[in-house]
Amino acid sequence: MHGFANPARFLRLARWLMPLLLVPGLVLALGALAWGLLMVPPDRLMGDTVRILFIHVPAAWLGMAGWSTIAISSIVELVWRHPLAGIAARAAAVPGAAFTAICLATGSIWARPTWGTWWVWDGRLTSFLVLLFLYFGYIALASAAQRDAASGGGASRVTAIFGLVGAINIPIINRSVVWWNSLHQPPSITMGKSAIDATFLVPLLIGALGFSLIFGGVVLMRMRTLLANIQAEARLRRKAMA
Amino acid sequence: MSAIKAKHQRLVLLVIALVALVGAGLLAAWALKNQAAYFYVPSDLAANPPEQGRAVRLGGMVERGSIHKAADGVTVNFIVGDGKARVPVRFTGITPDLFVEGSGVVAEGRMEGQTFVADNLLAKHDEKYVPREMKDMTAGQAKQVVAETK
Repeated sequence: MHGFANPARFLRLARWLMPLLLVPGLVLALGALAWGLLMVPPDRLMGDTVRILFIHVPAAWLGMAGWSTIAISSIVELVWRHPLAGIAARAAAVPGAAFTAICLATGSIWARPTWGTWWVWDGRLTSFLVLLFLYFGYIALASAAQRDAASGGGASRVTAIFGLVGAINIPIINRSVVWWNSLHQPPSITMGKSAIDATFLVPLLIGALGFSLIFGGVVLMRMRTLLANIQAEARLRRKAMA
Repeated sequence: MSAIKAKHQRLVLLVIALVALVGAGLLAAWALKNQAAYFYVPSDLAANPPEQGRAVRLGGMVERGSIHKAADGVTVNFIVGDGKARVPVRFTGITPDLFVEGSGVVAEGRMEGQTFVADNLLAKHDEKYVPREMKDMTAGQAKQVVAETK
């Protein structure tokens, strides 16, 4: 794994891998959205509003996957001191926050016609809103730590520790509808079982795969940007010294 | 050698920190168990009746055949049950689309006598997503339809 600690080698791989993730991701996601929005029959109770499922659920999964990426990368950074781990964690924050925001917005729009309200403070909705605020805090902390590192400080460990502590919210989100009475329904898809009919499930899973590939591509893109920023800053510093 | 040792030390520290973190999270979630519930089910109300007039939320299933529209056209009476207890509910206003017999509902309101008077009704969706055409079919029939239309 430390073979990719060399940024030049990683950048070569990333440049080659990025379109390989983004192009099929876009094709699959757009195809699944067209399938879900235009071709799927209405739900027995919700009618046409069921179509929000095809964007709400992948966004929810990726919002949580984003923080899982931050947590795992933070462990690798803290224990193995892998030079790219901190960059990967920071790169996952913005797309993760974006998918979390999409999930909250589409969920709210979906709740109005189905439940009869835009928002309630039940366990699932509240813990997911907390996830969005954790992302905001993480992004602010990471950019502050980067400024600190540029001036010779050592605050980047704090970012990794915050990423790790925030991960406690992920199992809480997952279990919130089981532990507490909530307005949000219990999980439809559990280990090997699905309460979603195949007519809806197939485009949902294809869309989730497509959005995941896009997510991976965007993380690589942001890693390249962050590495380029670090290089530019180092070069500027050397010039200032000379 | 010392590099490996330092790495080992960091790993052990991290595992201890993670165990403490998960423990704290679980304890907090456990302490919240009742406070974080969004609503009471009818058997909760039967076991611990709230004071008359105190605002509470009641959640459960709308009993089949229990929805009756009053003569004024906007008041509905129905029974919410959870399999153990049942509570009669009165609501005046527009009901959400998903408010149907046999499905979940959360009512915001208060106990007045033996009746729960709701100011607001929220429909609770279940975890099933099934196309309209297949709702009355068994799984085998539905599979056959899907195979035929492919």
